[in-house]
Amino acid sequence: MFESFDALLLARLQFAFTVSFHFIFPAFSIGLASFLMVLEALWLKTGKGVYANLYRYWLKIFAITFAMGVVSGIVMSYQFGTNWSVFSDKAGPVIGPLMAYEVLTAFFLEAGFLGVMLFGINKVGRKLHFAATCMVALGTFISAFWILSVNSWMQTPTGFEMGANGQFLPGPSWWAIVFNPSFPYRLVHTVIAAYLTTAFVVGAVGAWHLLRDRANPGARKMFSMAMWMAAIVAPIQIFVGDLHGLNTLEHQPAKVMAMEGHYQSHPDGAPLILFGIPNSAERRVDYAVEIPKASSLILKHDPDAPLDGLDTIAEEDRPPVGIVFWAFRIMVAMGLAMLGLGLWSLAARVRRRLYDWTCLHRAAVVMGPSGFVAVLAGWITTEVGRQPWTIYGLLRTAESAAPLDAPAVAASLIAFIIVYFAVFGAGTLYILKLMAKPPEPHEDPVPVHGPVRTAGITPAPAIDGGDQ
Amino acid sequence: MIDLTIIWAFIIAFAVSAYVVMDGFDLGIGILFPRFKVGRERDMAMNSIAPVWDGNETWLVMGGGGLLAAFPLAYAIVLPALYAPLIAMLLGLVFRGVAFEFRWRDPAHRHFWDVSFCAGSIIAALSQGIVLGALLQGIAVEGRAYAGGWWDWLTPFSLATGASVVVGYALLGASWLIWKTDGPLHEQARRMARPLLLGLLLAIALVSAWTPFLEAQYYRRWFEWPGVLAAAQMPLMVTVVAIFTWRAIGKGRDWLPFLLALALFGLTMIGLGISIWPDVVPGAVTIWEAAAPERSQVFMLIGAGILIPIILAYTVWAYWVFRGKIDEAGYH
Ligand code: HDD
Ligand code: HEM
Ligand code: HEM
Repeated sequence: MFESFDALLLARLQFAFTVSFHFIFPAFSIGLASFLMVLEALWLKTGKGVYANLYRYWLKIFAITFAMGVVSGIVMSYQFGTNWSVFSDKAGPVIGPLMAYEVLTAFFLEAGFLGVMLFGINKVGRKLHFAATCMVALGTFISAFWILSVNSWMQTPTGFEMGANGQFLPGPSWWAIVFNPSFPYRLVHTVIAAYLTTAFVVGAVGAWHLLRDRANPGARKMFSMAMWMAAIVAPIQIFVGDLHGLNTLEHQPAKVMAMEGHYQSHPDGAPLILFGIPNSAERRVDYAVEIPKASSLILKHDPDAPLDGLDTIAEEDRPPVGIVFWAFRIMVAMGLAMLGLGLWSLAARVRRRLYDWTCLHRAAVVMGPSGFVAVLAGWITTEVGRQPWTIYGLLRTAESAAPLDAPAVAASLIAFIIVYFAVFGAGTLYILKLMAKPPEPHEDPVPVHGPVRTAGITPAPAIDGGDQ
Repeated sequence: MIDLTIIWAFIIAFAVSAYVVMDGFDLGIGILFPRFKVGRERDMAMNSIAPVWDGNETWLVMGGGGLLAAFPLAYAIVLPALYAPLIAMLLGLVFRGVAFEFRWRDPAHRHFWDVSFCAGSIIAALSQGIVLGALLQGIAVEGRAYAGGWWDWLTPFSLATGASVVVGYALLGASWLIWKTDGPLHEQARRMARPLLLGLLLAIALVSAWTPFLEAQYYRRWFEWPGVLAAAQMPLMVTVVAIFTWRAIGKGRDWLPFLLALALFGLTMIGLGISIWPDVVPGAVTIWEAAAPERSQVFMLIGAGILIPIILAYTVWAYWVFRGKIDEAGYH
C-alpha cells in the first residue's frame, strides 16, 4: 500500500515538473510566433528596415525556444502512457483522438514550415516565406486549441458514455466533447496569457536597451509595441479571468472554495480574503485580511448571497487549499501589476515621454518574467484545484497511475530534473545572451550562425535601419 | 464492411515506419558525427538535416499519439512495460534536439554539444531497438495492465535488436550524406557505407534467425504452410536489394544508395509485420482487443484521410525547398 502511494506521488511530481517546464516554452513561443508574423507583415507592407531587423533579432530567440518546446513536448506525449497508463486506457477513446488531431493539424504544420521559416529566407520568395511564418504561428495556436480542449475535458467532462469495460467512450457528438463547458474560457485565457507573456519579455528587452541607448530604433519600436499589448490586453485578461472564475464556480465549486480560502460556508454573504495563511488542520485562514461580503459580490453579484464552503464537500474530495490559495493570488497579483504597467505606459505615451521615463523602463525590465510566473501560477491553480481527480468527479488521480515500481519513477524523475535544469538552463542562458545584445541596424539574416549562405533574396538590401 | 481497426493498424504502422526511416537518417548522422572532421564537415553534416529534423521527429509523436487514440489499451500496456528504454530515448532526444541550436550559439562549448548530439542520437537509436526487441520477445500482461517488473525488457535479444537499429540508422545516415554532400564528406560517406551495410545484413540475419524461436506464433508464421510461401520471399528480396545497395555505394548515382537503404528498411518492416500480425502487443493483445470504439475510429479517420495527404504534400515541398547538394556555404 505504502509502496504504491510512493510511486503515485513520484509520478505526480514528475508530471508536474515536466509539464511545467514544457509549458514555459509554449507560453513564450505561441506569442512570439504571432509577434514574428506581425513584424514580417509590417515589413512587407511598409518596407521599413526596422521591422526586418526586429524579425531577425527575435527569430534567433524563437529558434531556441521552439527547439526546447519541441523536445520537452515529446516527453509529455509519452508521459501519459508511461506514468498514467490506467488513465490512458480509460480516457484514451475520448482524449486520444483530440491529441491525434493536435499532431495532424498542429505539430506537423509547425514542424513542416519551421525549416523554411528559419533557413529558407534565401530559398523561397518573401511572400512564401511570410506564408511559412504564418503557418508556424497558426500551428502554435491550433496546438493550444486541441491540448486545452483535452485538459478542459478532464476538468469538465461532457459528451461521453461509460463503457462496460470501464472506459470512457465518446458519445454521439464530438462537438460536446471538444467544446466542453470550460474550454472556451480556458482557451481564451491561456492564449491571451501567452501573448502577455511574450509582450512582457519583449517589453523588458526593449526597456533594457532603451536604458542604455534611448535612440536605438529597434529598442524603441519593440518597447512601444509591447506596451500597447500590455495596455490593451491586460485588462481584457482580467475580465476573461473573472468570467473563467464564474465558469469554474458553476462546474468545479470546490476549486473556487480552495482559491478563496472558504473552509466554511457563509449563509449570508462571504468575505473576500485578500491575504492570510490557510490552516487546513484548523479549517480556517489565519491572519486573514478580508473585505466583508465582497466574495459574494464578485461571484454571485449580490453581497448577501449565500456561498458554500469546503465543509459541504466530502473530506476525500477536497483539493489541497494552501497551494491553490497562494497560486491564485500570485496570478492575480501579476495580472494587476501588468495592468498597472500598461496604464503607466499609456500615461507616458500621452505625455510623449514613452522613451524617456527611465523609471518606467526599469519597471518593465523587472516585469519581464511576470508572464511566466502568472502562467505557471494559473496552471497550478487549475491543476491542483482539480485534485483529487484526473477526470473531474469521475476518475481519481490515485486510480489513474501506471503500475510502476517506485524506484523506476524515482530514477526517471531524478534524471529529468538533472537533464532539464542542465539543458534548458543552458538554453535560457543562450537566450539571455542574445537578448543582452541590442538590435543592430543590420541583424544577421539567418538565425543560425552556421554556414548557411546569406546572398540571394534576403531582406538585407532593403534595410536602412535608420527610421523608426 | 471494411474493418476500421485494420485500417488503423496500417495507419499506425505507416506512421512508425515513416518515423523510422525519416528520423532514422538524421539520427544516423548523429551516430556517425564523431567520425567527421571538426569544422566544415561537421557543419555540413548538421546543416543537411537542420531544416527537416523536427518534421521527421513529429512522426514519433504521431506514432505515440496515434497509438493512444486508436489502440489505447496497447498504449497503456506497452509504455509502462518499456518504461526505462522509453525514458532513455526521450532524454536522448532532448540532448540531440537542442544541439541543433546550441552548437551554433556557444562556440566555446561546441564540442560539448557535439558530444551530446552524438550520444543523444546513439541512446535514442539504441533505445528504439531495445523497445522493438522487448516487444517481440513478449511482455507480461494481466487483465488490462502490464504485470512485469521494470527490468524485464533487458535480455540478450533486446540488446541485439538495439545494436541492429544503431547500425541500420548509421547506414541510412551515411547514404543520406552520399546524396546530399560533395567533396571529402561525400567520399567519406561512401567509404563508411559498405561496412555499415555488411553490419546491417549481419544484424538482420541474426535477428531473423532468432525471432522464430522466441514464440511459437512466429515460428509457425515463418516455417509452416502457408506462411512459409510468403515468408520465403523475404530473405531472397533482402539479398537482392543488398547486392544492389553494395554496388550503388561503390559508384553510380548519388541518390541511389539512400533509396536502396530505405528499401532494405522497408523489407525488414514488412518482415516484422508478418511476424506479429494481427497482434498489437505481440503474443498478448490483438488489434481488435485493443481498438478504440468505432466512433473514435471514424472521427479520426476523417481527419487522417484529409490531413495525411496534405502533410505529405507540404513535407515533400519542404524537402524540395532544400533540395540539391549542400556545400560549405549552405544550400546551393
Ligand atoms: C497552450 C499550449 C500548450 C499546452 C498546454 C501544451 N503544449 Fe505542447 N506544445 C505547444 C503548446 C502547448 C506548442 C506551442 O505547440 C509547442 C511549443 C513549442 C513547439 O514546438 O510547439 C508544443 C510542443 C509539443 C510537442 C512537440 C511537437 C513537435 O514535435 O513539433 C509535443 C509532443 C507536445 N507539445 C505535447 C504536449 C502534451 C502531451 C501536453 C500536455 C500535457 C502539452 N503539449 C501541453
Ligand atoms: C501546460 C501547462 C500545465 C501545467 C503547468 C500543469 C500543471 C500540473 C500540475 C502542477 C500538476 C500536479 C497536480 C498535483 O499533483 O497536485 C498536474 C497534474 C496533471 N495534469 Fe496538468 N498542467 C498543465 C497542462 C496539462 C494539460 C494540458 C493536461 C492534459 C492534457 C494536464 C493533465 C494533467 C494530468 C493527467 C496530471 C496528473 C494527475 C494529477 O496529479 O492531477 N495538464 N499538472
Ligand atoms: C487578475 C486577473 C486574473 C484572474 C481573475 C484570473 C482568473 C483565473 C482563474 C479563476 C483560473 C482558474 C480556472 C480554473 O481552473 O477553472 C485561471 C487560470 C489560469 N490563469 Fe488566470 N486570471 C487572471 C490573470 C492571469 C494572468 C495575468 C495570466 C498570465 C499572463 C493568467 C494565466 C492563467 C493560466 C495559464 C491559467 C491556467 C489555464 C486555465 O485554466 O485557463 N491569469 N485564471
